Amino acid sequence: MAYKIIASQCTGCSACEFECPNAAISMKGDIFVIDPKKCTECEGQFDAPQCAAVCPVPKTCVPA
Amino acid sequence: MAQLISLGSLTAPTSTETMREALSSGGCASSSCGSSEGAGDLPPEVWERIKDHPCYSEEAHHYFARMHVAVAPACNIQCNYCNRKYDCANESRPGVVSEKLTPEQALRKVVAVANEVPQFSVLGIAGPGDSAYDWRKTKATFELVSGVIPDVKLCLSSNGLALPDHVDEIAAMNIDHVTLTINMVDPEIGTRIYPWIFYRNKRWTGLDAARILHERQMESLDLLRARDILIKVNSVMIPGINDEHLVEVNKVVKGKGAFLHNIMPLISDPAHGTHFGLTGQRGPTPAELKALQDKLEDGTKLMRHCRQCRADAVGLLGEDRGQEFTLDQIPDDVTYDPAQRETYREVVAVERGEHVAVRKAASAEIAATAEGGSMLIAVATKGGGRINQHFGHATEFQVYEASAKGVSFIGHRKVEQYCEGGWGEDATLDGVIAALEGVDVVLCAKIGDCPKESLTTAGIEATDAHAYDWIEAGIAACYAARHGDAEQLLTA
Repeated sequence: MAYKIIASQCTGCSACEFECPNAAISMKGDIFVIDPKKCTECEGQFDAPQCAAVCPVPKTCVPA
Repeated sequence: MAQLISLGSLTAPTSTETMREALSSGGCASSSCGSSEGAGDLPPEVWERIKDHPCYSEEAHHYFARMHVAVAPACNIQCNYCNRKYDCANESRPGVVSEKLTPEQALRKVVAVANEVPQFSVLGIAGPGDSAYDWRKTKATFELVSGVIPDVKLCLSSNGLALPDHVDEIAAMNIDHVTLTINMVDPEIGTRIYPWIFYRNKRWTGLDAARILHERQMESLDLLRARDILIKVNSVMIPGINDEHLVEVNKVVKGKGAFLHNIMPLISDPAHGTHFGLTGQRGPTPAELKALQDKLEDGTKLMRHCRQCRADAVGLLGEDRGQEFTLDQIPDDVTYDPAQRETYREVVAVERGEHVAVRKAASAEIAATAEGGSMLIAVATKGGGRINQHFGHATEFQVYEASAKGVSFIGHRKVEQYCEGGWGEDATLDGVIAALEGVDVVLCAKIGDCPKESLTTAGIEATDAHAYDWIEAGIAACYAARHGDAEQLLTA
């Protein structure tokens, strides 16, 4: 029950960190990572996981 | 690398005298690049606000430099001409940046640039994402910088989708100029430019996305105008998609109070990995761009001197010194020293006065020889309004049209530098000649016999007879030599 970010594709734009309602996303080096313990896949909060909805690179924020 | 003034001579011990010398030996393009030729064709209150802003005032772009800091990487829309993954220091286009900065790092960089580049007058945030969407970082940066350099002009550019949410803060921070990128006023056309947007916690696609974006852009125009913030509109010209439609866009944005409309050619290359690049969508030719700009000339003031610079560009338009100011080259602790900028401003005030007078006289002289028809003149310049660059060193030429209407700036043509280390490459020269298509005369500070002959063969006259003169004065002399009463003009 969590999303992950494919590191090789992350542009480090920070949009996902900004949108995450659970503060589950943080910067690690030049890219962002999702803390699976905090990620809820936005269930009960939004129609779709916010990180995946805003990510500019296709198939980069995906189910873990 | 390009140019205005040779900055080497402007650094270190500064005096008005040395700066004046540097300016006259180094200057940029002359007359009216672009739309706003100067105070003359804009309401005085608008002119007062843009006269030192290189991106808005064609005349100012010969003297003042802008700096973009890439503090806003997050974006809320996807455009078919943008691929955020791609980052290359060798390419120059909006949305691309090499080094993302935190607001604190941006402050350091701005102070370092203000100390080194006396022409610095404007700080802009243009992304590399969207500055209004990534608002917290944009705002923090502006607050930090205006705390240290209070007279810096602040501006931002945005797609408009998130801007209505922050317009009151934008007004409160004295952000005087905002650029909105508006590529359509018809959502049907928008569907071919924007695959999706992120708005109110949801990704929208298709017509819904384009409609929301359009409505928010119109709302942004109204809100900015109501707060008396100057609005420039950028439009990307995409042949076959919105090229004809931009006439309609021009009408709408003009009606909503935009004071400048900047038509930019689509930059499209498969190597950029953008949707348009990969699908083979082409950009407009210079002739197509000019035809559209000419059609819109009676509308909102058009801007022809835009260089579509990177989100981390530093320097005068046409030059990008960003690579000199990467963070690793900036000390951890830098203190702002206003002396250079103040001295430079005093010098420019005098130079500009003279330049404006020369410009007017040149246009009047040419207009008086109306029988001559029109000609295109390409100028090699490093800035300051003068013909002061070696032909072989030019990476772009400023193109002017001389006609019964006087001298007007048409645009710039980018070329590969012909001469490197004293040697000219024939293949490069062919490219330069192709880029100068339609040009009658090239004015430069110096040119070798060999390239000069090749240009002559191609029907282009090249001359260094007007080296270091004001651009308009050189153009007037050329025009006189070709058309009409040469003697009268030369003695005028």
